[in-house]
Amino acid sequence: MTAQVITVTSGKGGVGKTTAVANLATALAMDGRKVVCIDGDIGLRNLDVIMGLENRIVYDIVDVIEGRCKLKQAMIRDKHYPDMYLIPAAQTRDKNAVSPSDMIRICNDLRADTDFVIIDSPAGIERGFRNAIAAADRVLVVTNPEVSAVRDADRVVGILEAEEKGTPSLILNRLNPALVRNNDMLSSEDVLDLLGIHLIGVVPEDESVIIGSNRGAPVVTDPKSRAGQAFRNIAKRIQGQDVPFMDLEQQNVLWTAFQRLTGRK
Amino acid sequence: MFNFFGKKRSAESAKERLQLVLVHDRTDLTPAQLEALKDELITAISRYIEIDPDAVQIGLERDGRSQRLVADIPLRSVSRHRAG
Repeated sequence: MTAQVITVTSGKGGVGKTTAVANLATALAMDGRKVVCIDGDIGLRNLDVIMGLENRIVYDIVDVIEGRCKLKQAMIRDKHYPDMYLIPAAQTRDKNAVSPSDMIRICNDLRADTDFVIIDSPAGIERGFRNAIAAADRVLVVTNPEVSAVRDADRVVGILEAEEKGTPSLILNRLNPALVRNNDMLSSEDVLDLLGIHLIGVVPEDESVIIGSNRGAPVVTDPKSRAGQAFRNIAKRIQGQDVPFMDLEQQNVLWTAFQRLTGRK
Repeated sequence: MFNFFGKKRSAESAKERLQLVLVHDRTDLTPAQLEALKDELITAISRYIEIDPDAVQIGLERDGRSQRLVADIPLRSVSRHRAG
């Protein structure tokens, strides 16, 4: 095995990076891949709670870097998927405890025995972001169809190109098809036209994402969730499969009609 | 794309505003600097050829992830002075 290192970043905070990492990693693990997630947000650790692993942390990434433990000891095995691991961020340190070369070294140590290393970048374009992209073979930029998120995503894409990290792929998160239909939300075509990068997936706004986060169980494990389906599709595309995009508009119209027929709404 | 009150739908405003913001973000050129560039360009060109300064249009355009500076500079139609 030679792992592919994928960094998920966004510029703006709160657009769903951590949720995307947890879901993509879980979806890859469900497909039988060996996955290691790294929380790159030193001081603001969150991937552990989203994955439901917060009670299992003994060592973190800064312990590895400063030699207090072996890499394997900081890898927390997932509760449901034995081939999925989390390397948590340190909570009581700051981003200066990690350098880009530390990240490259850790990822290189993981490469031989893993299919995918997925790094959750912190928001912003500073040290933590630079650390997160240092080892990346591929970068996924997450944005929402909102002016501030798209603007920040464009900045990040520009930096990635300037750093010769290649053009990243886009995950458009929290698209509300009803608002798009009403011309009150940027459509995926609008966002793609503005950013000029390749689209790897559109995730509809879906309350099951919050329910999944509450439980520490990523929504990809819920077979009925539309957002879960979207993340499973992105995971397949990451593995090189050609999966058609979900017809968010169509599905919603049918679902609304169905709800009306059955008097559910 | 317009509602009952003749107001533009918000997605359209979002897109138009972002198009402008992104092109200035990417080039690191403010609208004021662009205006200054236009004035200097008019001065420089006017040294060689007669143009209509009020009709000059200059702007940044996007083409995928690359930007271009596009200028439309109409020449003033003058009757040529032919030296006998």
